[in-house]
Amino acid sequence: MNAPLIDRYPLAFKLYPYARSADQDVATPARHPVVIVGGGPVGLAAALDLGLRGQPVVVLDDHEGVGQGSRAICFAKRTLEIAHRLGAGADMLAKGVVWQKGRVFHDRDEIFDFDLLPEAGHRCPAFINLQQPHFERFLHEAIERANAGGAQIDVRGKNRVDAMQADHTGALLDVMTPEGGYQIHADWLIACDGARSPVRDMMGLGFEGRVFEDNFLIADVKMTADFPTERWFWFEPWFKSGSSALLHKQPDDIWRIDFQLGWDIDREKELKPENVRARVDAMLGADVEYELDWCSIYTFQCRRMEKFRHGRVLFAGDSAHQVSPFGARGANSGVQDADNLAWKLDMVLRGQAPESLMDTYCQERVAAAEENILNSTRATDFLTPKSSVSKAFRDAVLSLAQEFEFARPLINSGRLSVPCVYDAHALNGEDALEGPARTRPGAPCPDAPLGNGFLLDQLGPDFTILSIGAGLEGTFDVAGQTLRVVAVTEDEAKGPIAERYLGGAASAVYLIRPDQHVAGRWPSADVAKIAVALDRATGRVTHAA
Amino acid sequence: MPLNTKANLGNPDGFYESLVGAHDGLSEAQSEALNARLILLLANHIGDLAVLRDAITKARQNIPK
Repeated sequence: MNAPLIDRYPLAFKLYPYARSADQDVATPARHPVVIVGGGPVGLAAALDLGLRGQPVVVLDDHEGVGQGSRAICFAKRTLEIAHRLGAGADMLAKGVVWQKGRVFHDRDEIFDFDLLPEAGHRCPAFINLQQPHFERFLHEAIERANAGGAQIDVRGKNRVDAMQADHTGALLDVMTPEGGYQIHADWLIACDGARSPVRDMMGLGFEGRVFEDNFLIADVKMTADFPTERWFWFEPWFKSGSSALLHKQPDDIWRIDFQLGWDIDREKELKPENVRARVDAMLGADVEYELDWCSIYTFQCRRMEKFRHGRVLFAGDSAHQVSPFGARGANSGVQDADNLAWKLDMVLRGQAPESLMDTYCQERVAAAEENILNSTRATDFLTPKSSVSKAFRDAVLSLAQEFEFARPLINSGRLSVPCVYDAHALNGEDALEGPARTRPGAPCPDAPLGNGFLLDQLGPDFTILSIGAGLEGTFDVAGQTLRVVAVTEDEAKGPIAERYLGGAASAVYLIRPDQHVAGRWPSADVAKIAVALDRATGRVTHAA
Repeated sequence: MPLNTKANLGNPDGFYESLVGAHDGLSEAQSEALNARLILLLANHIGDLAVLRDAITKARQNIPK
């Protein structure tokens, strides 16, 4: 390639200006344990996680910061919990607009409303809305804080990967900079380079799936309005600005409006400010004052790579899987990829787990991607019926839903992102507790109040033992390792933590993975059984699952 | 038992996908035939004429113009 480095998009924040690296002045390519391609939300989250675990990380991005445009705006509870573990969650919560309720309308009528987090006792809300540039900026600020504390995360702006050779030792990369090219060797390469992933193309790997024949117009408008901070969705809205419409509040008085335009449109014409304004005016009323902040038209696809691991190259986020925006399953699932990947790769790099542990990254996150694609495809098929009979059923559901409750669960304006439960996966250990289904092995730990704070904050970055009325405290030695114990005394074992982790059981011991998924659970501490589960959860001993 | 109009489907998204997916590749006439056959099968399963008449009435009222 060797094409000049020209920005493909204007920046919202210049976070990592180009600076010459010592790697550009050496005769033989420098070797790095981990190189991440792409400094978006997924690449930065992976870099931060690995860096906080003590791994030196190089991030290569062909720009010098975050592109303009709100893009992904809905960040889900699980993503915020991960961001908290990484030290970026508080900033996001402070800036973001918290929401958990939504309303669905048909024409003029409100058909029903929903609440995504009807229970209390969680540190993080169901969702915040936050413009993607801020999300990335907060991750980058957390990286700078981590580096000040000794982490070695080297984010290199205007470093574009132009060619690569991958083999069983990693990948040799040709990197282009404003001062010319250089090479580096990555023992492990993580491709977080987006839906059009150049790494995927350079490796000749496929990305199969379905294209949906529809166009959606995003209009971000700046206005002061007193709509509640809820997700409002219209099917066939009375204001006729699209065959569906979505209204969402973002920080700084910005409102996201989406209009469904159909397939056969003239993009350039639709993007003209006067035409966007005509649609917005019809929705808000001609007397409402606003400014157009950002507009974009998107189409989408639901597709994924067959495998997310190819030797020592790992794919995460949009490079590995792509969904429709309805359900906020894109950036959220990508951050969860990073969450799943980082602790595993850290253990492999330290020699504490075999390389085959990375296959479970692929298995677990392919399952999550399948779940996301399924939900996303179903939502899209409801929004964009693909045949007249499909439209007839959709319209029948909408027309029945206001009067008859049974039809409401059939209405699908997007099933919003929840983390995948890794049911029946190879790393899952024993479930010897008659406990609640939501905390079975493979499930992400639900948060609960504990002491003056919350359970998830106390779980930490490593394998942890959660003892609830089981008499453990301090540390727990198992299979030659010392695990930290989060102790909940019998007196504390009531309310949400008891409901979520004990159910009918009198006491419980949980083995919890570094990504806060349950590895195994028992009514009491049995060292031999926990040792088996720990060996299994780290891929050191594999069982036929 | 009166007609149940409360939510009663264990997996509404899965049901809807199967229902719409059953029509893949069919002509409009074939789709209509599929719907008719499906209604007859379900009606037989329900069995109770009063319930079926109630469903017919509710389905017919407020049909959008």
